Amino acid sequence: MAVLVDNNTRLIVQGITGKEGTFHAMGCAEYGTKVVGGVTPGKGGTMHEGWPVFNTVAEAVAKTGANATMIFVPPPFAADAILEAEDAGIPLIVCITEGIPTLDMVKVWAKLKNSKSRLVGPNCPGVISPGKAKIGIMPGRIHMEGSIGIVSRSGTLTYEAVHQLTQRGIGQSTAIGIGGDPIVGTTHIDALRLFNDDPGTEAIVLIGEIGGSAEEAAAEFVKQHVKKPVVGFIAGQTAPPGRRMGHAGAIISGGQGTAADKMKAMAAAGIHVVVSPAEIGATVAQVVKGGY
Amino acid sequence: MKIHEYQAKEILAKYGVPVPKGEVANTLEEANDVARKLFAEGAAGVAVKAQIHAGGRGKGGGVKVARTREEAERHAKNILGMTLVTHQTGPQGQKVQRLLIEETAAIERELYLGIVLDRAAGKLVFMASQAGGMEIEEVAAKTPEAIFKETIDPAVGFGAWQARKLAFALGLKPAQINQAVSFFQNLYKAFTETDASLVEINPFITTTDGKLLALDAKINFDDNALFRHADIKALRDIAEEDPLEVEASKYALNYIKLDGTIACMVNGAGLAMATMDIIQYAGGRPANFLDVGGGATQEQIEHAFEILLADANVKAILINIFGGILRVDRLATGVVAAARKLDVKAPIVLRLEGTNVEEGRRILKESGLNFQVGATMKEAAEFVVKAASSS
Ligand SMILES: Nc1ncnc2c1ncn2[C@@H]1O[C@H](COP(=O)(O)OP(=O)(O)O)[C@@H](O)[C@H]1O
Ligand SMILES: [Mg+2]
Repeated sequence: MAVLVDNNTRLIVQGITGKEGTFHAMGCAEYGTKVVGGVTPGKGGTMHEGWPVFNTVAEAVAKTGANATMIFVPPPFAADAILEAEDAGIPLIVCITEGIPTLDMVKVWAKLKNSKSRLVGPNCPGVISPGKAKIGIMPGRIHMEGSIGIVSRSGTLTYEAVHQLTQRGIGQSTAIGIGGDPIVGTTHIDALRLFNDDPGTEAIVLIGEIGGSAEEAAAEFVKQHVKKPVVGFIAGQTAPPGRRMGHAGAIISGGQGTAADKMKAMAAAGIHVVVSPAEIGATVAQVVKGGY
Repeated sequence: MKIHEYQAKEILAKYGVPVPKGEVANTLEEANDVARKLFAEGAAGVAVKAQIHAGGRGKGGGVKVARTREEAERHAKNILGMTLVTHQTGPQGQKVQRLLIEETAAIERELYLGIVLDRAAGKLVFMASQAGGMEIEEVAAKTPEAIFKETIDPAVGFGAWQARKLAFALGLKPAQINQAVSFFQNLYKAFTETDASLVEINPFITTTDGKLLALDAKINFDDNALFRHADIKALRDIAEEDPLEVEASKYALNYIKLDGTIACMVNGAGLAMATMDIIQYAGGRPANFLDVGGGATQEQIEHAFEILLADANVKAILINIFGGILRVDRLATGVVAAARKLDVKAPIVLRLEGTNVEEGRRILKESGLNFQVGATMKEAAEFVVKAASSS
């Protein structure tokens, strides 16, 4: 079992005719995802790498029966692309685009919050259910099918965690990259809820980073609701306050959002907190019942 | 992006937010001219204010009030060129290169206003407090109930009723309420129309003759939205930024200078932070944060090396690349070429993962250069800490 993406996923790509869109549409298809078409306004009616291109998302959904979309639209137009996908009723919207203005996302979030569509991202690597399908830019080959759920804000750090697990022969149910922006559609808590309810997930790796208080909220959620073992890591233990560490959301401001506070909250919630990022795999191996 | 107080006040004035009359001065001469003009126009006094990208200037001696032109000149002489240390500059301080000379206000009460993003709610919040002039973080920590908040629905905007609630909570007089509502709403308009990420008016004052005024102004902007604000982009003052960081930004490298001895070069912000953390875990101290992004061309790697090596504290370099799509053999070729071209003397430890990793390792080995390869992040961190302590 897995969450969000699987063999029933029918994916369209918004921005499919762009360089990135083309490359990653092919990457997803190669991994086994059913890519059914794409959207580029003005190029409707043409074929691109064997896929039908549509002018609007609504048309793409009507013609292909898509139930997921991956967005590669440039930052100035990405918020609009998310809203279009929502309006077309697509249940899963994965936005890879980095650099969307925050106030654009404030508007998007007001609409998405009460919508049937789920947004993952923006500024994220996407979602992969190893052995089944992927929506995103992550390298498929480092993954292995199994029962560990992973949620993280970052791309390469998620790959690192996945790699450590795979090296030990520990597979993953689904890895969700939720994105490094201040406003993201799917939070750590949303991912925890999905994994907690998924019979195919045995344990969860929760990777956070400095900035905001989403990790503290996630820790509280774990304490209240999560029945499965959780291993946690926070990136940015050595980050200075007041400086944005790459991700738009990764900033300690006004004494809030430090790694120390987040790690404390996680430990208090019974999460197995890993101090060294090299120990994520080893710690999972220890906590999973029966061991590996 | 940060700007100076004088720039923030110019923006606010355009949006109809009342600010004291004043002008920026880059030299003592200019400061004298502005002071002379303000006194001639009837100012009772002038405030001489250091313009740096940090708050807490008052306590650090960077804000002085003068009753005469001569006194203003004395203050300007002292402040211009001084290294101002505040709780926000860090112990090394920041050199003052500009002054704002403005009319003094007859302060009755010092209050606080701020607009920020509430990340959890995904909405903007308008904050107000009677504890003006103080550090708002301190107020938030000690007496959170002293901060009044109005969360703003983006679909309907910041309502007059919300502005009124805050105005009454601040204890403003009935005669000041309408003035306050337009002040607050204009402030919100300035925030949204400029794509700000933070607006703070501390202090927001009432004057002895009943007026409302933004006596200080801080505006930060959302870097992701600068593409649609050429006018704001032009306000950037690179003299206020670390020269290495300015250099890095020219090549789309995300670099932040820290004070350790082990430089690092990583792809991806999360992994870059984790790499800094593991350096510390292994007993060293990171010299920087550096995210070279997903592409990492040879040219970028060269510039990255130049920037890392320009930091005199650096004793060794750790390169941690988890190539998803990135081909490790290409990266290795780039690293070898850059290291050779720049004649890098510092020991370099690499940890590479990704497509064609075997080929990448072979290229490094056969280069004849001083590379050490760690099989895992942990091993690489241990190698680099050892290399730094023995070099
Ligand atoms: N134009 C002015 N007239 C009178 N007092 C001023 C004026 N500008 C600043 N001050 C006083 O100096 C203090 C500090 O100035 P401010 O602009 O808030 O700088 P900072 O926040 O960096 O210390 C204010 O709280 C106020 O008491
Ligand atoms: Mg102030």
